Amino acid sequence: MSANTRTSRSALRRDETLVAWLFSSPAILLLIIFLAVPFIMAIVLAFTDQRLIPNPNLPTQFIGLRNFVRLIDDEAFLRGLLNNFYFVLVVVPIQTALALFLAILINQKIKGVNTYRTIYFAPVVTSMVVVAVIWTFLYNPSGMVNSLLGLISFGTLGPYNWLQNTKLVFPAIMLLSIWQGVGFQMVIYLAGLQEIPTDMYEAAEVDGANKWQQFKNITFPLLRNTTIFVVLTTTILAFRLFDQVKVMTNGGPQNASMTTIVYVIEQGWTQLKVGYASAISVVFFIIVLVISLLQRRVLREERVVD
Amino acid sequence: MRRGLRKGLNYLVMTLLAFFFIFPIWFMLVSSFKTDELQITADMSRITAFIPYGELGLGNYYEVFAQMEFGRLMFNSTFIMLVTIFLGLLINSMIAYALARLDYSGRGVVLGVIVALIIVPFEAIAIPLLMLVNSLPWFGGATTWLDSYHVQILPFIADAFSIFLFYQFFINIPKELEEAALVDGASKLRIYWSIILPLSKPIFATVAILQALASWNRFMWPLMVTRGVDYRPLTVGMQTFFGQDPRIWGDLLAFASMITIPVLIVFLIFQKWFVQSVASTGIKG
Repeated sequence: MSANTRTSRSALRRDETLVAWLFSSPAILLLIIFLAVPFIMAIVLAFTDQRLIPNPNLPTQFIGLRNFVRLIDDEAFLRGLLNNFYFVLVVVPIQTALALFLAILINQKIKGVNTYRTIYFAPVVTSMVVVAVIWTFLYNPSGMVNSLLGLISFGTLGPYNWLQNTKLVFPAIMLLSIWQGVGFQMVIYLAGLQEIPTDMYEAAEVDGANKWQQFKNITFPLLRNTTIFVVLTTTILAFRLFDQVKVMTNGGPQNASMTTIVYVIEQGWTQLKVGYASAISVVFFIIVLVISLLQRRVLREERVVD
Repeated sequence: MRRGLRKGLNYLVMTLLAFFFIFPIWFMLVSSFKTDELQITADMSRITAFIPYGELGLGNYYEVFAQMEFGRLMFNSTFIMLVTIFLGLLINSMIAYALARLDYSGRGVVLGVIVALIIVPFEAIAIPLLMLVNSLPWFGGATTWLDSYHVQILPFIADAFSIFLFYQFFINIPKELEEAALVDGASKLRIYWSIILPLSKPIFATVAILQALASWNRFMWPLMVTRGVDYRPLTVGMQTFFGQDPRIWGDLLAFASMITIPVLIVFLIFQKWFVQSVASTGIKG
């Protein structure tokens, strides 16, 4: 009897390993083919002059660091990268602050607050391609944005040709990006706000702290982790900027709205220069990696302190 | 008195912000029903852009159908989304269950690699992946995956972040529930099917919503891998339509509305779930 139990137990264990690998293998297989393989390809191809449709007379060669050296002088690439940093510098603080502000507003226990939440969140579920089409219409030289600007500046500003103006095109894209994306961060902040115990505010109220002091001394410090998370994920999203630029301007005029990823796709897909596009992808990945590692590190330290 | 003033101010700020977030969508919907293109362009700088008046009707919508196979695009987007979600839920939850609940050698490595893979953005691998699928064979003798459904589905089924969300959920389900079933001699597959799955509806809904939004709105990849209308999703169709000269705004906004309205309706019905899904992508404060 006891021998019987033992064999059945080890059989059970073998069974469990088999089931586990059976359960795991479809996902692992797909991740290898569609993520790991292309990832390794990107790193290898970055050192070659590979083209999407290889020329039989010109075999692909390893060219060492030549792609990366070329990047240093590639104005469109540098413009794209610079624009991504510009985007981070402007959009991340504004979007984070606005998201927190909206979250605080809809966290109030007042009538109709759910309707406001729905409205603030609605752009998030709207396709970016659609958003780009609508805002192109709004940015028309004789469109709504100009007439609103004229109205609030008493006719002293505008009208501008937003999407054709090298100075205005990127800020214009920033505005609609914030419009579309802020609801996402708002909801993440809202989840953070709802974890703060209400008795902390009650205690502060007893001590005579006003709303601003409560925000400064309770809300903001307790949302530290959420803020770090929001800031860093928004930064990564900023480096991935593509859809709206592709639809509205394709990086123009004169590369004024170029971004790293728009350039990757232009080089790799339009111009078929897979090797060169891979080199840019590697640079892009390193940037994202640094931000992600920073995020994981800061958040882990924070947890240890807790 | 001061309290009332503050309350009023509060609502004023909230309403102004609501206007900011709703006006482009409202503008799109209203304009899409204005059948006179001249009226749309005349209205576009005035408050009347937001008011449904003049010649209203479905003319622009008919125009969209007359000019391109809109139904085909709608079918493609829906089909790709449904298949991706279905297979994704199945495959990602299965591996997550194995990682969270089964004891097998290699478990730690697999989990570590998957967590690490979360940070690889699709954009970083898009071009090599394009090269890969460009020359992959398929059943029936095809030598490329370009212009197909599977090229838009297979790369997005397994998703490291979805696996991670499932894993986090499964690991918090009390073990006792399973042990009772084990004593009864139920197999692991059975336990997964009849104990874990029914308990896990919230996380399935969360992952389904996140994947549905990502799939419906996906643009870069289908732009690169589809050529004609046969396999193209709505987003790429919208961009193509937008790129045609001259731009007929009534038709464009009708097209845009038809992409947006289904999502908005689903969103309004399952609002709570949407908000929870997004919140779950964050970290606990």
